[in-house]
Amino acid sequence: MQTTDPQGSVPSDVPEPPPHADEPRKLEARLTDADRVYRAVVSSGAAATLLLITLIGVFLLIGAWPALKEAGFSFLTEKVWTPDGQPPRFGVAAMMFGTFVSAVVAMAITVPVAVCTSLFINEYAPRAVRRSLTSLVDLMAAIPSLIFAIWGLFFLVPALAPIEDWVVAQFGGWLPLAEASATGGSLFNAGLIVACMTIPITTSIIREVLAQAPRHECEGALALGGTRWGMITSVVLPFGKGGIIGGSMLGLGRALGETLAATLILSIAFEIKPRILENGGITVASGIAIEFRDAKEMGLSALMAAGLALFIVTFAINFLAAMVVSRSRSGAST
Amino acid sequence: MTAPELDHTRPMAPQEAVPGPMGGVLEGVDVSCWFGSRKVLEGVNIKMDAGVVTALIGPSGCGKSTFLRTLNRMHELVPIATLAGSVLLDGHDIYGVGLRLTEVRRRIGMVFQKPNPFPAMTIADNVAAGLKLTGKKVADRDGLIEASLRRAGLWNEVRNRLDAPAGGLSGGQQQRLCIARSLAVSPDVLLMDEPCSALDPTSTRRIEETILELKDQVTIVIVTHNMQQAQRVSQHCAFFLAAENEPGRVIEQGPTDRLFSDPNDPRTADYVNGRFG
Repeated sequence: MQTTDPQGSVPSDVPEPPPHADEPRKLEARLTDADRVYRAVVSSGAAATLLLITLIGVFLLIGAWPALKEAGFSFLTEKVWTPDGQPPRFGVAAMMFGTFVSAVVAMAITVPVAVCTSLFINEYAPRAVRRSLTSLVDLMAAIPSLIFAIWGLFFLVPALAPIEDWVVAQFGGWLPLAEASATGGSLFNAGLIVACMTIPITTSIIREVLAQAPRHECEGALALGGTRWGMITSVVLPFGKGGIIGGSMLGLGRALGETLAATLILSIAFEIKPRILENGGITVASGIAIEFRDAKEMGLSALMAAGLALFIVTFAINFLAAMVVSRSRSGAST
Repeated sequence: MTAPELDHTRPMAPQEAVPGPMGGVLEGVDVSCWFGSRKVLEGVNIKMDAGVVTALIGPSGCGKSTFLRTLNRMHELVPIATLAGSVLLDGHDIYGVGLRLTEVRRRIGMVFQKPNPFPAMTIADNVAAGLKLTGKKVADRDGLIEASLRRAGLWNEVRNRLDAPAGGLSGGQQQRLCIARSLAVSPDVLLMDEPCSALDPTSTRRIEETILELKDQVTIVIVTHNMQQAQRVSQHCAFFLAAENEPGRVIEQGPTDRLFSDPNDPRTADYVNGRFG
C-alpha cells in the first residue's frame, strides 16, 4: 500500500489523471485478487474450449490432407466410395445428401412436435401433470441413442411398414418422393428415428424458453378477450422465437452427427435419389462408422476428409443459427 | 349503499367505428377469495354503476386488487386461486355458463398496474390486437384505431408513428396505449389496477383526464393508492381493510365526497386522512 508523504502529494507510481479532453477517455479499474482469480479461471475455461475445437479441426485437416490432394474438387461431387481401390474413387456427395435428407426429415418432425409439446406442458396441462411431464421429457433426453435405434429397428420400422407400403402404392406412380422398390431401410425411416432422439432435447430447451414469456403480457392478451391460443400466438410464440430457433439448431446439430440410427436402419447405398422412402442411403457419420473397420491408408484419410466436411457443415449451421438467434433475441424489443 | 341513478340522458359517445353500449352495470355479490387455504377477501358486495367511476381504496394487502381481478375472471389464472359468491354483469353471472369466458373478458376490459403493450407489435397493431384475439372483423380498422387512440388521449402523440414498435413509447404513453387497446374491443366496463402507480405526474394527469372523458361511455372501476386520485376521478368509493391475519373486507363505501369528508367508520377516517396505510 502506498502512503502519501507529509506534504500530501500523490505517490510517484500512481499515474497522473489524464488531461481533460473532449473525447471518450480510457476506463480503467483496479481489480481485487478474487476478481483476478475468477477471471483467470473462466478465461481458461473458454480458452480450453476454443483450443479443443482448433485441435480437432487441425487433426482432421492433417489426416484428411492425402485424400483431399488425391481427390481434389471431385471429393465434393463424387458419390462412389472406393478409396482403397485402383484407382481410388471417393467423394462425400452421397454421404452429405443422406445426412441432409435424414436431418431435414428429423427436423420436420422434431420442431412441430417439440413446440406443441412445450405449449401443452406450459399452457394446457393440469398442474399435477405438468411437473411429471417436464421431468419425463428431460429423462427422455438422457436415454442413450442406442436404445432409440434398437427400438426403431425392431418395433417402429416394422410397425410403419404397412403404412409406408400403402403410401408407395398410392402415390408412388406420380410422386417421385414416394416411389420405392422396397421400404424399411430408408433415409426417411432413419430420419424418423433420429427425430425420436432430437425431440426430447429440443422440447426441453423450447419449453424452458416459452415458460419465460412475460406473464403480464399474457394476461394482457387474455384480458382483451383472447383465447389461450390467441395469447400463445400473440405473446408466447413471438417472445420465444429465438429460443425455438436455438433449440431446433441444437437438435439439428445432434441429427447431423447421429450415427447409430443411420447405421442400424439404413441399407447402405452410396447414391443420390429423391425416393426417400426407398431402401438405401448413407450419412457421413454412419459411413465413417461402417467403412472405418476395413479402411486402409487412403481409406482412412478419406474418412477423415468426410469427417472434416461434416465438422465444417455443423460449424457453419451453428454459426448461422447463432446469427439468427441474436437477431431475433427473445423479448429484445421489450 | 346508495347507488346513483342511471343517467339515461347523457350523450352517446362518439362511436363512428365503436359500436356498443354505454357501459354495463357490474355487481359483486358476496365475493370471497382464497389463495390455497388462505382467505384473502370476505363477503364483498359492491355495485358498480354505469356512468360512475368506482374507486377501490385501502392499504396494501387488503384484497382490493384481488377483488378487481375477480371482476373479469383474471383471478382464476392463479392456479391455487378460488372464490365464492358471484359477479353480475347487467344481471348475468359472469361465472355461470351463460356467458363465454372470452366474452366476459372482452366486455370487461382491464388496464394493469404495469403497462403491458405487446412490445414486438406496432402501435397500430397493439390497438387492434384485441380484434385479432377475439376474431372480430371490422370494416374500418384504421378508423377504429384512430378513434380508440383519441379516446385514450394518445392520438396526437403517435399519429405519425403508428407503425413504430410499441416498446419505444414512454411508460405513460404505453399505459394510454393499453387503455386504447382495451377500448378498441368496445368493452362495457374498464377495470384499472393502479394504472398510474408506475407513472410520472404528467402522465398521471393525462390518464385521469382520460378516465373522466371515458366515464360516460364505459363503466370504470379503479384501484388506487392515491387518495387525491380517488377524489379527483371517482364518484363512488369503497374502502377495503384487512386486519392482521384476517381476510380483507369492505369497511365502508359510498359517494366519494361523503366518504372523504364525513366517513362513518373511524378506520376510514384514519386512512383517508393519511394516518396509516
